[in-house]
Amino acid sequence: MSTTPLTASALAAHWDGSADPHPDIRVCMDTGGIAAGARDVYQAMLDTRDESDVKIDIQRTGSLGLSYADPVVISRDTAGQTIIFGAMNVDAARLLIEDHVRNGNLLEDHVIASHERGADFGDKPQTAILVKDTSAKADKDRTAHVQKLIREELTFHELHERIKVYRALDLGLYEKGLCLQFLPSRITYAGLSEEDIPRIIEESARSSQVLKDLLVTGRDLQERIVLRNSGHIDPEELDSYLRTGGYRGLHRALLEMSPEDVIQEMKTSGLRGRGGAGFPTWQKWQLTREPEADRRFVICNGDEGDPGAFMDRSILEGDPHAVLEGLMISAYAIGADTGFFYIRAEYPLAVERIQRAIDQARAAGLLGKNILGSNFSFDAKVRLGAGAFVCGEETALIASIEGKRGSPEPRPPYPSVKGLWDKPTSINNVETLAAVAAIMDRGGAWYGEFGSGKSRGTKVFAVTGKVRNPQLVEVPMGIPIRAVIEEICGGADSGARIKAVQTGGPSGGVIPRDKMNTPITYESLQELGSIMGSGGLLVMDESDSMVNVAKFYLGFCVDESCGKCAPCRIGGFQLLRLLEKIDDGKGKSEDLDTIRDICHCMRTASLCGLGQTAPNPVLSTLNYFKDEYLACLTADAGGKK
Amino acid sequence: MRTDTELDNLLDWVEGMRKRVREIAQEWESEEGNLIMILHAIENELGYVPRGVANELSQELGVPMARIYEVITFYHYFRLAPRSKHTVKVCMGTACYLKGANALLEEIEQQLELREATGAQKGECSVESVRCIGCCGMAPAIVLDDETHGRVCLKAMKEILKQQLEK
Repeated sequence: MSTTPLTASALAAHWDGSADPHPDIRVCMDTGGIAAGARDVYQAMLDTRDESDVKIDIQRTGSLGLSYADPVVISRDTAGQTIIFGAMNVDAARLLIEDHVRNGNLLEDHVIASHERGADFGDKPQTAILVKDTSAKADKDRTAHVQKLIREELTFHELHERIKVYRALDLGLYEKGLCLQFLPSRITYAGLSEEDIPRIIEESARSSQVLKDLLVTGRDLQERIVLRNSGHIDPEELDSYLRTGGYRGLHRALLEMSPEDVIQEMKTSGLRGRGGAGFPTWQKWQLTREPEADRRFVICNGDEGDPGAFMDRSILEGDPHAVLEGLMISAYAIGADTGFFYIRAEYPLAVERIQRAIDQARAAGLLGKNILGSNFSFDAKVRLGAGAFVCGEETALIASIEGKRGSPEPRPPYPSVKGLWDKPTSINNVETLAAVAAIMDRGGAWYGEFGSGKSRGTKVFAVTGKVRNPQLVEVPMGIPIRAVIEEICGGADSGARIKAVQTGGPSGGVIPRDKMNTPITYESLQELGSIMGSGGLLVMDESDSMVNVAKFYLGFCVDESCGKCAPCRIGGFQLLRLLEKIDDGKGKSEDLDTIRDICHCMRTASLCGLGQTAPNPVLSTLNYFKDEYLACLTADAGGKK
Repeated sequence: MRTDTELDNLLDWVEGMRKRVREIAQEWESEEGNLIMILHAIENELGYVPRGVANELSQELGVPMARIYEVITFYHYFRLAPRSKHTVKVCMGTACYLKGANALLEEIEQQLELREATGAQKGECSVESVRCIGCCGMAPAIVLDDETHGRVCLKAMKEILKQQLEK
């Protein structure tokens, strides 16, 4: 840890160490991983290492996003090859040190294959085959049986010493029958029958011939910009962030660019607010910079209140310095000297890691007076939310930082003119700020190459609900929803049929199965009556009632309404009563008309975003799944009850 | 009736608490809009905000009691009554809800009633449903005494609960 302020050149010296491929083990220790037992896994590996003669670095890191496989451990060997192990436990942790690190063996039933697949064998000898039955009703015994067949075949060709066969936890292929993958080439075969095995071993394992008829290629659909460091660096060490080129974006902004240039760079990138509304980031900064004022503020909105969303938590826990760097760049661009992180109190680890990042940056002179020898002075502070969903709304958030009730105020005036303590204030979401740091490092033009139409760059989604592999994904905008759900996350859980996907949480709507080919952009989701939202993607299957889901979201908003304006306070309550009546099978057909009337009134007359968007889940389910509502009505109203 | 020693202890406790409130308030003195952060500090130490403490705070900060109560009652996080020895929070985020959080909540309530009926101390454990705790990937999740447990089925829940309460 540096004790003297970092100079610009001392900072730059850290970046040279970025390509440092020494072998190590990383344990994903975010809240999700820890809840699944990552701390015990970490400790067991440290203990096993210290009791043996094995020498290996073991460090903590943020989440790779693979929630379904927590606790997750990442191993990098001397050749720079990375292997991911999931569903770890204490026994597997010991084995990982004793057998994987020491002998180079992989762990049975724990290996997760990359979605990046090979097209040729290359010149390195193959050392492992991963196998899995990916059928809908996947059979562990069948995988084990096939594993045995492959082993016998390898023995026959005397390859069994060199090539080991392992059952994989996940191969990144779903409902493609029996599949296998060679390592390190990642040549992948799908839809195999047992009869194919002798041919595969003879031609591929022995003679490195690619069998074109079985080959599945493909690249990872994910593009990691915001999540670039999560799962790679130690989020509690500044040096770890610096080695990956950390604070290079800030360095460039402060030493090479004027605030106007920075805003222009944002404009080039096309970045829009990732909190949900999608307002252009450059424009927000410009508007905050323009008014005459003696002080300005920047705020990072980490009040991730949407149920079913954990993007911001993962970013704050996995790469806190990147968010701080983004906040500092925004402050430089608009001319602010103080910034606040407003984070939910329900995220204690995120709070702890951000506070630590701030303390480290301050000690290193990255916060304070004349940062990196420039004229820019800035400091950042943490403020905690206290369990109020409405505080995600920017005027309510400002009231909360001021120490008051989180009541929204009518806009205009917008915070960019009259914000925190009546000063011009720019509020950006966590994901937006993490993207800002990357954009300033690699350039707006580079970032703008990702995406589609007016939606540039990437978006992080938390895919949860009735999906096979719930996880955090980051994809370029414009990719179809179906690709995210089916190709990355494996489709519906346990072979059920997906009914709909919900985006945008309590402010969003549902997207029915037959619209899942829609590309993910701000505009296309809006056309479907939903919104991009902050990034929750909730998968629902045929067993989920849409009336019930609408009731759930509305109940949430009614609970969280601050009560200041009547359309939200009274409208929400009455709407919920109607939905409960219908869900109980006591609804009349005129109730549906009343629902539409109340929705319209709330949308147009509510004071803030909470009330304006609360009807969205109701209207959107009513639009796409009216049959379900009708079926709930009483028999004399044409229903079944 | 309290004995003199008990009374002295009580007075000592009150004096100690006053001192602590003043310390916390002074720590945050120079920060604008500090009320919520001060309440967080008090909540963390005491588990709730007692009326006496709010009163002390009101004098220390020069903020009317009404404003302090306005804030305490607005936010879910702050409480006006002490917590039980144990707390179970059942996550009611959408992912947990879809995966049966309601059934978990009902079962926990039943288990606790059962324990009380068979002699466990009344109110040893409080149950609440909470907003999303951000562990949607491992739904359904519960938080038992600050420890998060994911992918909880009814059977596992019973075991976890029993173990923790009997600690």
